[in-house]
Amino acid sequence: MKSAAVELRNVSFSYNHQLILKDVTLTIQENDFMAIIGPNGGGKSTLLKIILGLLKPDEGDVRIFGCIPQKARDKIGYLPQKFIFDPDFPINVMETVMMGRYHGLLKKYSKKDEKKAKQALKDVNMLDYEDRQISRLSGGQMQRVLIARALAREPKLLLMDEPMASIDPEMQNSFYQLMARLKNKMAIVLVSHDVGAVSVHVDKIACLNQKLFYHGPVENAAEGLEEVYKCPIELISHGIPHRMLREH
Amino acid sequence: MLEFLQYEFMQRAFLAAVLVSVACGAVGTYVVIKRIVSLSGAISHAAFGGVGLGYFFSLNPVIAAIPFSILAALSIGFARDKMKISEDTAIGILWSVGMALGIIFINLKSGYAPDLFSYLFGSILTVSTTDLYIMLVLDVIIIFLVYLFRREFLAVSFDEEFSKVVGLNSTYINMLLLALIALSIVVLIKVVGVILLIALLAIPAAIAKQYTYDIRKLMILSTILGVILTSLGLILSFIFNLSSGATIVLVMAVAFLLSYYIQD
Repeated sequence: MKSAAVELRNVSFSYNHQLILKDVTLTIQENDFMAIIGPNGGGKSTLLKIILGLLKPDEGDVRIFGCIPQKARDKIGYLPQKFIFDPDFPINVMETVMMGRYHGLLKKYSKKDEKKAKQALKDVNMLDYEDRQISRLSGGQMQRVLIARALAREPKLLLMDEPMASIDPEMQNSFYQLMARLKNKMAIVLVSHDVGAVSVHVDKIACLNQKLFYHGPVENAAEGLEEVYKCPIELISHGIPHRMLREH
Repeated sequence: MLEFLQYEFMQRAFLAAVLVSVACGAVGTYVVIKRIVSLSGAISHAAFGGVGLGYFFSLNPVIAAIPFSILAALSIGFARDKMKISEDTAIGILWSVGMALGIIFINLKSGYAPDLFSYLFGSILTVSTTDLYIMLVLDVIIIFLVYLFRREFLAVSFDEEFSKVVGLNSTYINMLLLALIALSIVVLIKVVGVILLIALLAIPAAIAKQYTYDIRKLMILSTILGVILTSLGLILSFIFNLSSGATIVLVMAVAFLLSYYIQD
C-alpha cells in the first residue's frame, strides 16, 4: 500500500507554555490540493513547520510518505511566508533557485540541476530574469522566484505559506493555472487566511484554529459557495463549529 | 620617497597587509552579508584571553589565540542556538569575559608584558617572519574552507530556514563559519590588535558591497581594497609617526565615507 503524502496523528505543540496545536490528526493524499485556512495565530504556519520537520511536536506522530520528515527532505518543496532575508543580499535569481537543488555537503550542482532550475523559472515566467539581482525585483517577482526555488526540487509535496500575500493581483490567475498544472504531479498544501480567494481553486480544505475543525472536500464544507465563504469565517470568529459541519 | 621599502620590517609589514586582506576579503564578506559584525567583534575581544594564555604558558600568543578564539566562537554559537540566550546578551558577556581572562592570565604570570599593547592595538611594524608564516597557513586554510563550503555558507547566510528544509545542517555550518571568523581574527591580531580589528573585517566588504552583487567579485574587491587601504594606512603611520593599527582603521573609515558619497 502506498503511503499518504502527509500523515499527522494526534499532534500537539506548544511554544512558551502556550498551546498552539491541540490533537491534530490530518491525512493528505498524494494528489490532494488542500488549503489550510484559519485566523492569524491559529497555528497554520506551525503546522507547516511540523510537516517540514523544522519543529518537533510535543506529542503525536508525523509521517511524510511513510518516513520521518528529515528523511523526506528530497520530496518536499517549501515557500516561506515572508522575506526574512536582506533584499540587498549578493545573490541573483538563478543562484536563489539553485538552492532548491541542494543535495548535500560538498555536492556540486550538475547540468541537470541547472536544467531543472531553469524549468522551474520558466514555469513561473521568470526565465528572462535569471541573471537579475534579487534587489532589483518587485515583491511579486521575488515571490515567483521563491516559488520556482520550491519547484526546482521537483517535490512530491509542495507546501506554501500564504503564497498570495505578496503576489501581484494580475499574477493570481496565472498562479492558480500553474497550480492546476502541477496538482497531478504532487500534493499541494497552501496556507491562507483568505478563505474566499482559495476555496474556488482548491479541492480540499482544512480549518485550523488550534484544533482542526474540519477537513475534507470543499463542497462538503458547506452546501453552497456562499456557505464555504461563511463557514470558516464563523469558525474563525467564534471558535465553534458551524452547524453545517460535522464535529471532527 | 620609497626608501622605507628597503627596511626589512617594512617589507614584512607590506606582506602582512596582503595576508590580512585575504582573510578580510573572504571572511569579512560573510560577516557583512550575514550581519554578524558585532558578534565577530565579540570573538575578537575574546581572543585576547588566548593571548593572555599564551603569555602565561610562555607560548607564542598568536598560536595560543587560535584554539582560544575558536572556542569562544563556538561557545557564542552554542549559547545562541542551544541555551536560548539572546545573541545580544551572549555578545556582551563573551566580549568582556574573554578580555578579563586575558588580563588575569597576564597578572598571574609574574613580570612585565612588554608587547602587550601590540596585541591590543596592533603593530604591523613588529610582525615577525614566524607571524607571517602563521598568517599564511591560516589564510590557506580559510580560502580552502570557504571554497569547499561556499554553497552552504551562501545558503545559511541568505535563508537559514530554507537551508534546513533542503537538508542542510545549519547549526554545524554556522559553527564552521564562526570558527572561520575566529581564524581570520587570529590572522589580524598582530596587525591591528583585538580592539581595532573588527574594522578590517567589516569595512572593506562593506565598501565592496556597494559596487557588486556577485559574492565572488565581492570577496576579490574587498581583498584588493584591503591591500590598498592597509598599505596606505601603513605608509601614513610611518610618515607621521602614528600608531599603525589606529591609522589603518581611520584610513578605512574615510574610504568608507567617500565611497558612500561617491555611490550616491
